[in-house]
Amino acid sequence: MSARLSLLALALLVLAPALLGLVLPPNQAQFWTANILGRALVYGIVALSLTFLATYGGFVSLAQMTLAGIAGYALAILVEGAVPGIVGGLPYAAAVPAALLAATLAGLLVGAIAVRTRDIYLLMITLALAMGVARFAESNIDWFNGYEGIRNVVGPVLFGVPFRDPHLFYYVALAAAAALYAGVLYLVRTPFGLVLQGIRDNPRRVAALGYDVSLHRIAAFGVAGFIAGCGGVLTTIYNIGISPGSIGLGASVNILIISVIGGLGHPAGAFVGSLIFAVFDTFAASLYDRDRFNTLIGLVFLGIVLASPDGIVGLARRLGGLRRPSRAGEQPAPRPAETG
Amino acid sequence: MTPTLTRRQALAGAGSLTLAGTFPAPAIAQNAPIKLGGLTTLEGPFATGGQDAYRCVQMELERINHTAGGRRIEFIRESSNARADVALARARKLVEQDGVDIVLGPLSGAEGIALKDYSATLTGKTIVNGSSAAADTTLRNPSKNFFRFSTDGTQWMAGVGNYVRKTLNIPEVCVVAGDYAFPYAQVFGFSLEYCRAGGKATYLWSPLGTTDYASQIAQIPKSAGALVVVHGGTDGLAFMTQYAQAGGSLPIIGGSIMADQTMMSARGPHRKLMTGMVSGGPIADVNDDPNWNEFVARYRKRWANEGGFQSPSIHGVNYTTNLQGILGALEEVRGDLSGDQQAFQAALAKRRFKNPMGAEVSLDHNRQAVSDIFLTKIEEREGKPVTVAFARAAQINQTLGVPEAQFLALGAPSRNNTGCIVAG
Repeated sequence: MSARLSLLALALLVLAPALLGLVLPPNQAQFWTANILGRALVYGIVALSLTFLATYGGFVSLAQMTLAGIAGYALAILVEGAVPGIVGGLPYAAAVPAALLAATLAGLLVGAIAVRTRDIYLLMITLALAMGVARFAESNIDWFNGYEGIRNVVGPVLFGVPFRDPHLFYYVALAAAAALYAGVLYLVRTPFGLVLQGIRDNPRRVAALGYDVSLHRIAAFGVAGFIAGCGGVLTTIYNIGISPGSIGLGASVNILIISVIGGLGHPAGAFVGSLIFAVFDTFAASLYDRDRFNTLIGLVFLGIVLASPDGIVGLARRLGGLRRPSRAGEQPAPRPAETG
Repeated sequence: MTPTLTRRQALAGAGSLTLAGTFPAPAIAQNAPIKLGGLTTLEGPFATGGQDAYRCVQMELERINHTAGGRRIEFIRESSNARADVALARARKLVEQDGVDIVLGPLSGAEGIALKDYSATLTGKTIVNGSSAAADTTLRNPSKNFFRFSTDGTQWMAGVGNYVRKTLNIPEVCVVAGDYAFPYAQVFGFSLEYCRAGGKATYLWSPLGTTDYASQIAQIPKSAGALVVVHGGTDGLAFMTQYAQAGGSLPIIGGSIMADQTMMSARGPHRKLMTGMVSGGPIADVNDDPNWNEFVARYRKRWANEGGFQSPSIHGVNYTTNLQGILGALEEVRGDLSGDQQAFQAALAKRRFKNPMGAEVSLDHNRQAVSDIFLTKIEEREGKPVTVAFARAAQINQTLGVPEAQFLALGAPSRNNTGCIVAG
């Protein structure tokens, strides 16, 4: 996706609440702003961390929602006003950086544990870690309040407006998403990012050139942990708290689904996939039998993946390539991450 | 870009559906219908309970011809999967997109707490519980927009402790329970009474999903006169099977979800031990009350050929009880939800009625039900085990009769806070 297109999409998203207000009644415009677009952005950030790893490192990790959850739990444990108060007392200005630090460290740890594995084995080890953390949170009362989780994480008051105001929430989520998206695009052009892509294509050759492959991999997981942590802080505030269900198997797989339908070929795929997911997750039950709407969601995702193995972004790129064959090669598509 | 297209398509779809939804409305003259949003679990571990909840709600709405207080009721169904964040997303969709006036739901504990928090952020909307039974939904930090006409997991054990200590005259029990929130609440309710009455208890906890209970069974003290088993579903079945195979013969006292269909329909050595099991809860299969007999008869007639159970489930009854609360209040205010629903909420708070079990229901100052709890015993009837109500603990409040400040000071139930406080 070219920079021009990204900026266009950003402009559209900045204007979205106003545009929605023109075509929808006020309460529905607000719903679309916060609960479709806003939700798509915050879960998109978590998916971005996976897309970053998969696109530029070739690592498909199932632990990204867990890292987001670690940030969410750290926030809920530390911040004032959460119920029950585990540690409590910290203002958001202190608790949010602490949560991001926790997610980054946890990301480094996951990277270190999984450093020798690739492909399906990496998937399995990250899945095992994710399930371990979720079950631990579910059974530990003292720190995680078990099955019921920690509630009432309402978010700070910014500029005199409570965080749950749909527009404030939306624009903070948008700013975070845009900054992280730009950050990823910048990072992959730095020497670190180039080495990472080298590791994806041929780790032995990179090692022979004198780079420490393991260290780069662990650092990439740390970066992904930070991104997922940003998403985790926002999703926790969006959900007014966190419980083990938010980081369980279903939630972890949802992040993978979002990334795959959006496309693992470009970071934009995370947000495209997340938007499609949010729309279908919300409206499938209105479009189809309420007892069976998961079937519709499944069929749509199956259709997307069948029609375009590299997701919606890949489809768009190919359509663009058909229209302008001379420019199709300007940004070579990274090879699909699933094959490592 | 593609998302614009998808968004537009979904919009068109949603728009045409909203239109379609409003067509049948003008039948009742000038008034727009009242929109009632339903939220239960049609996915995940409690899917069968969720389906039964909607069966009962649908049956009740059909009975009153979808009309209350002179206004038509439009029922919009949503489904979650027992996860708090999913329930929250669905509730937001119901309230903000579908524009419902009242939400009826959810089914499970963590969902209830999430929706209570959400309801506190709303004005002019009301959430009435479905079947969720966590104490803290209404006990700590309650929301003025959240009402619960059904009782909670701690209340469900009311009367059991006293019955075991005083009537069965058992001085010491061993409690085996799951290591998570719902059993904590139930054990708390049991122990509070039992230990006050001078009983002594040992506690053995095991995580949800445990399959091998051999080491636990070996730890049951010789001096215990009964076994209090607070497990649900497959955990309960696994424990009871192993206990029976190990030659265990102590009388069994069960938690409120021990006597569910998983346990009752499974065949095996546990069946012999289960017959005669005493338990407590908001419902029983057999209850000699005209309300209940009429409700069960209607339920069977309506659902016998469409996948219904032999007898309505606990979730079906809880949803019906809460729906009754809503419908009566709508009649009271003649369907008037104006003024940010203040009149309606005041009518809700004052409701007093008999639920399908024939139990009198009213609300306390936290908008939590005060109602009757039934002591039940498992009996074989026509070759099938059923739960039979043999006693009722009348008008149990959320703190089981302990003054609220004192009850709150005991702290939230946990494995280290079992409620076993010796009378002093």
